[in-house]
Amino acid sequence: MKAIVTVVGKDKKGIIARVSNILFESSVNIIDISQTIMQDMFTMIMMVEFDSNEVSVGDIDDKLAVAADEMGLSIHVQREEIFSSMHRI
Amino acid sequence: MINPFEIIETINMIDNENLDIRTITMGISLKSCAGPDIDKVCENVYNKITTYAKDLVKTGEDIEKQFGIPIINKRISVTPVATLVDALDNPTIEKSIKIAKTLDRAAKAVGVNFIGGYSALVHKGFTNGERVLIESIPEALAQTDIVCSSVNIGSTRAGINMDAVKRMGEIVKEAAELTKDTHGFACAKLVVFCNAVEDNPFMAGAFLGEGEGECVINVGVSGPGVVKCALEKVKGKDFGIVAETVKKTAFKITRMGQLVAQEASKRLGVPFGIVDLSLAPTPAVGDSVAYILEEMGLEKCGTHGTTAALALLNDAVKKGGVMASGYVGGLSGAFIPVSEDAGMIAAAECGALSLEKLEAMTCVCSVGLDMIAVPGDTTAATISAIIADEAAIGMINQKTTAVRIIPAPGLKEGDSVEFGGLLGTGPVMSIKPYSSEEFIARGGRIPAPINSLKN
Repeated sequence: MKAIVTVVGKDKKGIIARVSNILFESSVNIIDISQTIMQDMFTMIMMVEFDSNEVSVGDIDDKLAVAADEMGLSIHVQREEIFSSMHRI
Repeated sequence: MINPFEIIETINMIDNENLDIRTITMGISLKSCAGPDIDKVCENVYNKITTYAKDLVKTGEDIEKQFGIPIINKRISVTPVATLVDALDNPTIEKSIKIAKTLDRAAKAVGVNFIGGYSALVHKGFTNGERVLIESIPEALAQTDIVCSSVNIGSTRAGINMDAVKRMGEIVKEAAELTKDTHGFACAKLVVFCNAVEDNPFMAGAFLGEGEGECVINVGVSGPGVVKCALEKVKGKDFGIVAETVKKTAFKITRMGQLVAQEASKRLGVPFGIVDLSLAPTPAVGDSVAYILEEMGLEKCGTHGTTAALALLNDAVKKGGVMASGYVGGLSGAFIPVSEDAGMIAAAECGALSLEKLEAMTCVCSVGLDMIAVPGDTTAATISAIIADEAAIGMINQKTTAVRIIPAPGLKEGDSVEFGGLLGTGPVMSIKPYSSEEFIARGGRIPAPINSLKN
């Protein structure tokens, strides 16, 4: 299953390390990363892939939520289709 | 990979602009539950609903989690219950109420927040069962928590059943009196329709129509806040650009509805019916249809120009939405429920928005006079007359109109009624002090209108 992880917040050290470590521990493979500063906010978007029999979007979301809280970030994990269906005909 | 700006746009719509799926409504046919014995009928109804809808709430929550899109309500609509009452041996009000209580129990057992379809379609005449069901509505709504009722009293093809209009004015009053402790809350669960649709997923008017199948999934989307924010970016631009902006936004909102509808349909193994292209407000700030109209340049919703603004909005929502979904239906359009819309509440409180203006607005938007509180001493005849006016608009203009009105017991103009939750707060609006008694007392039917020579 493919999903999109978005991380938005004030730039600081270790965001990518922390997020990618959690993904690694959850057996989630990162396919693509893009990172930019949008409206003064650090914005990272990752496309990830995982075996939905091993781990669910909900599990990953819960684990990332802990990091989001600690680092003052907003992190979302959502299935890719929500974006493709909204923006592609 | 999808453009990062598009991803952030979607997340922003959900996080900051109140984009959500307003409801996944499962339509369940109760035709197979009919029979002469009331206890057996209730058993059939309970078993069928709890079997068909057992995974509805869980599935909705799973989709919500995986896609990161809030799905506010999971609901059930059923075949108009008058059909069951008609099939009973010696139908009585008590038996009808028993079915209402069964619906309430079944809906609570599966965890949905409303069940609609305690309904009768009497636009031309009453069957015995329909008469019994209508008589039972006040008690049924007072004795249940989440059952919603609707009655169709007119249509473009049949005209208006003024006997039903007369009775419904009285029923609304009785329902208010029976629930006076909660300021007439039962009336918030009762809709009187003209040209009711068969696949509406929204409460309180949802029921599963005669032409529908065994079980179906209908979805209602919502996103007034998203449209408002999109319009903020085109301040001062001409109406062509306004319409274009609304269309593009409605397309995106509806695509999300289509995705959720298909996903729910697949997971539940139930056919996908329709997506209702709606802009449904909530009392939350930033989730208001009135604020969209004000964003177009009106100082307050309800002032001169409001009807034109709403007409543009409603039409553009449909134009943008139809291409985004395979099947569109339901009520499709902007809703203007006064108590459920922060901007409408403010407009009504400051006197900018009157009942007369709302009536005009219902000519160009979805449904009709919705969630309107009026003084508790409003007579049944006046309520019937309000229903008749609204039904006439629907009948002549070949559109669905409805009245959901609350004559709040003990309250007068200028007071406020607190319904709580999505139903919000209703300012008690002024009504004309002159009588419609003799007009309503006539009864009979208003004949179906001619559909040519349009002027």
